[in-house]
Amino acid sequence: MNDALQRNFTYLAYGLITAWAILVVYALTLAARGRSLARQLDNVKRMMEDRGKN
Amino acid sequence: MRKHLLLTAGIIAALLLARNIWVMLTQLPDEAFQGAIFRIIFFHVPAAFTCFLCFLASLIAGLAYLKTRSLNIDAFSVSVIEVGLAFGAVNLITGMIWARIIWGIWWTWDWRLTSMLICWLLYAGYLVLRRAIEEPTERAKMSAVMSILNFSVVPFVFFSIKWFRTQHPQPVLFGDGKMDSGYRAMLYGNWVPLLLVAAILISIRYVQEKQQREIDALRREAHMI
Repeated sequence: MNDALQRNFTYLAYGLITAWAILVVYALTLAARGRSLARQLDNVKRMMEDRGKN
Repeated sequence: MRKHLLLTAGIIAALLLARNIWVMLTQLPDEAFQGAIFRIIFFHVPAAFTCFLCFLASLIAGLAYLKTRSLNIDAFSVSVIEVGLAFGAVNLITGMIWARIIWGIWWTWDWRLTSMLICWLLYAGYLVLRRAIEEPTERAKMSAVMSILNFSVVPFVFFSIKWFRTQHPQPVLFGDGKMDSGYRAMLYGNWVPLLLVAAILISIRYVQEKQQREIDALRREAHMI
C-alpha cells in the first residue's frame, strides 16, 4: 500500500472514530446528568421531609 | 415500557451501524478520485440531515410553545437542539478531516463551512441563553423566540452551495452532483441508524429536562414551607 493510500485510510479511521467519540461523549454527559438529577431529587425530598417534621 | 423501547431501538441502531460499517469498508469500492476517504460522506451527510431535522423540530416546537405555552414543548425544544448540536459537531469535524485529505487544509472560510459554523454557534447560544434566565416561563418564551430566529440561518446553510461559488462539493442528492446508486443506498441506509440514535438521545434528554423542572418546582415549594 502506498503512502497516500495509507494516509487516506488513516484519516478515514480518524473521521469515523471522531464521529462516534462525539456521540459517545454526549451520551456519557447525559448519563452523568441523569445521576446528578437523581441525587438532586433525593436531596430535595429529604429537605421537604425535614421541613415537614419541623 | 419506555426503557424497553429505547433498548430495542439502540440494539437495532447498533446492528444496522455494524452492518453498514462492514459493507462500506469491505464491499463498496473506493471512489475513483477521492479514494477511501470518500466513505466519510456516509457519516458527514446523514449527520447534517439529522442536525437540520432537529433544528426544524425546534422551529416547530418554538412556534407551538408560543401558541400553547406548554413547558413540555419547551423541554422537547431544548432536547432536539442539544442533540442537533452534537450531530452538527459530527458534521463539521468529519468535514474538516475530509478537507485535510482532499483540499490539503483543515478549514477554509467558504460560504458553506462558515455558514454551518455560524449556525452551530447560534444554536449553542440558545443553550447559553437558557442558562442565563432563571424564571421558567420567561426562559421558555425567550428560548422559543430564539429557536425560531435561529432557524432562519438553516436554509442559508443548505442552499449556500447553490447560491454562491464555493469550494464545497455540489449536493449529491438534490442537486447537480451525481452519485452511484450503491453509494446513495449506503448514504440513506446509514441515516436510519443515526436517526434512531438521535431519537434515543432526544428521548433521554427530554425526560431529564422534565425531571429538572420538577426538581426546581419542589425546591421552590420546599423554600415556601
